[in-house]
Amino acid sequence: MAALRSTASALLGAAAARPSLRMAAAAPSAFRGMAQLADAAQQNNTASEQANLKTFQIYRWNPDQPSEKPKMQSYTLDLNKTGPMVLDALIRIKNEIDPTLTFRRSCREGICGSCAMNINGTNTLACLCRIPNEDKADMKIYPLPHTYVVKDLVPDLTQFYKQYKSIKPYLQRDTPAPDGREYRQTKADRKKLDGLYECILCACCSTSCPSYWWNSEEYLGPAILLQSYRWLVDSRDEKTLQRQDALNNSMSLYRCHTILNCTRTCPKGLNPGQAIQSIKKQMAF
Amino acid sequence: MIAQRTGTTALRRVAANPNAVFTSTFAKAAMSQMQTRQATTQKISATEARSILDAQRLNRPVSPHLDIYDKQQTFFGGSIWQRFTGSGLSGGLYVFGAAYLAAPLLGWHLESASLVSAFGALPFAVKSGVKFLVAWPFAFHAFNGVRHLALDLGMFMKRQQIVKGGWYIWGASLVSGLYLAFFL
Repeated sequence: MAALRSTASALLGAAAARPSLRMAAAAPSAFRGMAQLADAAQQNNTASEQANLKTFQIYRWNPDQPSEKPKMQSYTLDLNKTGPMVLDALIRIKNEIDPTLTFRRSCREGICGSCAMNINGTNTLACLCRIPNEDKADMKIYPLPHTYVVKDLVPDLTQFYKQYKSIKPYLQRDTPAPDGREYRQTKADRKKLDGLYECILCACCSTSCPSYWWNSEEYLGPAILLQSYRWLVDSRDEKTLQRQDALNNSMSLYRCHTILNCTRTCPKGLNPGQAIQSIKKQMAF
Repeated sequence: MIAQRTGTTALRRVAANPNAVFTSTFAKAAMSQMQTRQATTQKISATEARSILDAQRLNRPVSPHLDIYDKQQTFFGGSIWQRFTGSGLSGGLYVFGAAYLAAPLLGWHLESASLVSAFGALPFAVKSGVKFLVAWPFAFHAFNGVRHLALDLGMFMKRQQIVKGGWYIWGASLVSGLYLAFFL
């Protein structure tokens, strides 16, 4: 956007520029995008303000051409004109270079979990991941690992959401509240939910887990197990035994081999590994 | 999409600078032209939509995983090496046990005395190398086994402890593997 503004007057002055714009929209891969052109021009023109170029290699796959294999496509941006986060770069690529690039995003502040993707080898939220300014190495961006790809960076999370539904993620109790108004909880009991309720279900941890890669049909994965523990440890919930019973088989819970990629990758700084360990302890003692 | 955005940018500029009459008319003309784009959508039934989705699902590729995930976590993880070293050690034991059982039938000499004399005759480097190949998996499996027991009790589970703990296990197992191979 910034590049557009800086060059907008030139583009408007010359009507001849408009057909090329249409071309850029129609065949973005064949035509170097405007941001790239503008960024390159700036690099040539102003030596005082050096362009800080960074190349992003992004996983591309188009469901309309299913016979074509997924490929990596490179885009170069001037970081001086791009926001600090990877999501800013993605949005700028989509706006100015290649409108066919597809990814999910919504809140841009790490609370919706839409922009979860694999950036430089680790799952994280694009909106919370800074573009490293120091090293010149290309950034590699993939969809969440071992998921079915809907398009480009958009993974199919149907199974993930089905698994979430399967743990009944809501308060279950039969006895009414003593005062007839609300289910009260001590401060200590409420404290047990800290570090659990903050989970935004971005699926970063589940798709970082090799065990979940190989067994996602049956193993629930770290995110869902953390949610499961959130209800197991809730003092107001009365179906703890039923919830434990549902996990008491070889696959749902015990495919966790304490690899702990989940804790290392969580963009919210939570500890799914610890939560799974707590479930195991709760089930054993 | 890009063309439309240029149009909006132009309009904003016009709003900011109303004296630019020429630009203003141009922008208005451009805007009116761009806004007439017809959206082409088709109405389809729910079953048709479902069949399109099903057809698309059949084609979906699985996103890359082991190849692209952080190598330090996938290839140097304590968990998978616990399995590798455990399989190696127990596999070696089973192979040797089976060979020992079959030795009298096949005429092999796997008794302790002959093994010791054969091993003693090897050069120092080969001897230490073989010892290290047994000692390191043993040390790794032992140290990491204790770590996993601690993890099962919920200890050392913070993010930094996980990262550091992994490297400590590698360091400790290499040092004690070398010690067992060369000084024992």
